[in-house]
Amino acid sequence: MAVKDYLRERFFPHLWCPGCGHGMVLNGLVQAIEKLGVSRNEIVMVSGIGCSSRITGYVDFHTLHTIHGRALAFATGVKMSRPELTLIVPMGDGDALAIGGNHFIHAARRNIDMTAIVMNNRIYGMTGGQFSPLSGENVSATTAPYLTIDPSFDVVELSKAAGATYVARTTTYHIKQMQDIIRQAILHEGFSVVEILSQCPTYFGRKNKAGSAVDMVKWYKKNTTPIGSKAKKENPELVERGIFVQEERPEYCKQYEKIVQTAMKG
Amino acid sequence: MSDNVKFVQGNEACVEAALYAGLDFYAGYPITPSSEITEGLSYRLPQIGGKFIQMEDEIASLCAIIGASLTGSKVMTATSGPGFSLMQEALGYAIMAEIPCVIVDVQRGGPSTGLPTQGSQGDVNQARWGTHGDHAIIALTASNHQDVFAVTVEAFNLAETYRTPVVLLFDEIVAHMRERLVIPEPGEIPLVGRLRTSVKEGVDYHPYLPREDGRLPMSDFGGVHRYNVTGLFHDMWGFPSSEPQIVHGLLRHLVDKLENRVNQLAWFKEYYLEDAEHLLISYGSAARSARHVVEKRRLRGERLGFLELQTLWPFPTDIVRDKCAHVKSVIVVELNMGQILQAVKLAVDQPEKVFLVNRIDGVFITPTDILNLLRLIQGKGV
Ligand SMILES: Cc1ncc(C[n+]2csc(CCOP(=O)(O)OP(=O)(O)O)c2C)c(N)n1
Ligand code: SF4
Repeated sequence: MAVKDYLRERFFPHLWCPGCGHGMVLNGLVQAIEKLGVSRNEIVMVSGIGCSSRITGYVDFHTLHTIHGRALAFATGVKMSRPELTLIVPMGDGDALAIGGNHFIHAARRNIDMTAIVMNNRIYGMTGGQFSPLSGENVSATTAPYLTIDPSFDVVELSKAAGATYVARTTTYHIKQMQDIIRQAILHEGFSVVEILSQCPTYFGRKNKAGSAVDMVKWYKKNTTPIGSKAKKENPELVERGIFVQEERPEYCKQYEKIVQTAMKG
Repeated sequence: MSDNVKFVQGNEACVEAALYAGLDFYAGYPITPSSEITEGLSYRLPQIGGKFIQMEDEIASLCAIIGASLTGSKVMTATSGPGFSLMQEALGYAIMAEIPCVIVDVQRGGPSTGLPTQGSQGDVNQARWGTHGDHAIIALTASNHQDVFAVTVEAFNLAETYRTPVVLLFDEIVAHMRERLVIPEPGEIPLVGRLRTSVKEGVDYHPYLPREDGRLPMSDFGGVHRYNVTGLFHDMWGFPSSEPQIVHGLLRHLVDKLENRVNQLAWFKEYYLEDAEHLLISYGSAARSARHVVEKRRLRGERLGFLELQTLWPFPTDIVRDKCAHVKSVIVVELNMGQILQAVKLAVDQPEKVFLVNRIDGVFITPTDILNLLRLIQGKGV
């Protein structure tokens, strides 16, 4: 099937600003799914609220656009009742890790089979540029006129500690890597986290003098490096990209199947 | 006792009824006085191949059952006041996206952590108005275990019929009291299953286009129709829209589908209304004492009548007005500061003849409590 067959063209043009990274994530995601060849009827995409979460409207799967921060909880209900379905849960950084942080760590702990994609633009785009728990320190935001003092979560470390069995990071510059990482995340049986650094030129960019969308994407190129690279050793400031965790652990729905078997024996 | 006669708590009656109604999926978070429902279903559901999950909080519990409902499952969650407060945003989502689900609130004393182990009926207005924005809601209640069973099954039927969340407002007293329950034979109470679309694969399916009878056939997630579900105002495809005409039409639809059927949705019981001079109105555990008083006083020839409400929302305004038309006084008996009292006052022609008999101290209202106030209202002094 062609990539365009995965999109709901009826609902285009999309509402993202020109140069927004979220459109590039949509592109990478659809390419990855196209390569996997999963039937559209078997994919359920669940999102919360935010610019990032509007992605569900544009893809031709079963799509559930829910409330802010709770996408993983809705997805857990879908997956538990129909474990054979493929669950993909794109979220904004605020959506996933501020209001949704609790659901995030518990979904990881359970190792329920779904792919969580954190579209990290380090800002609240939809509400107009307030800081997020991933902004980090010294960032300018509409709620940080004196710059942020809040330290950031490290999505990778947090996911590992919470028990995610697949953890990866990439950026909107590294489209090929993004496709590959998403594809493997979907194939992985268990809770997968993919963090994608995704630019918000409108708010983060403008507020922090990060330049145009193109400049921001180039920043990802310059300031990230493959996991364990020589460059990282020389410059610890660089952000690592790649697959950090990929391991086997019993998956939640499979475990529940055992409970059903035990209970049915009586 | 035969197998289908049981001596159980109200919470267990609710569990039995949910299973009778075809519950497939339950998500919950423990809280007194509802935990027996969560515990009971963790044991019973997997025995019939159903699914149980203990979520990280009540927000997640309601979200999870909404997700499960979209795959075609019959779903429920249970909680008490603090958890019900947490659920309000997702409750509005289920209303907006028209997802069948059943939410049990076993009421305890509030506000806040309040009186965790004692009864109250303080969440009546929260069930009506707890979530933001204009909307309509169905809330049912019961005073004894046979009725807990009946309204629980009805809640599932109404959820499917109207594609709506239904709230079951029980209280700690009924929930923890033990009494006889006869479980009906299969088929004895008709069950409403999921209405699924007959639109064939490849033909455009409109998840939010009501049929002529107002019902909206669904299509299971994972099935052949792929569509969007959202809490934003949306068009017939489920795609977000802020078109004034669409917004107006959807809100009217959400409210009218229930408010236009108030009489049809109204469950109530009436006793001695024909010649009643004074009418007691009550519901839930408080109705047990109210009815007792009426039965006793009737033996002495006092012309008391009794109306037990089982549907609290949408409030059966016309029915209540009608029943109150010819009595001298109306006495509302409830375990709060007059939440149904207000609805009754709005319903009747002479609000000045409506009185409240209540307790708000966590103690079950006794027939003596009611009698004391009744004498005052009847002008007999204490
Ligand atoms: C309960 C609740 N609180 C707050 C909001 C307002 N709100 C909408 S989106 C959002 C944050 C968006 O930021 P993010 O999740 O990072 O996604 P982005 O828009 O940047 O893609 C907020 C605070 C809401 N919709 N619901
Ligand atoms: S505000 Fe930012 S995140 Fe939202 S669409 Fe515009 S660029 Fe993208």
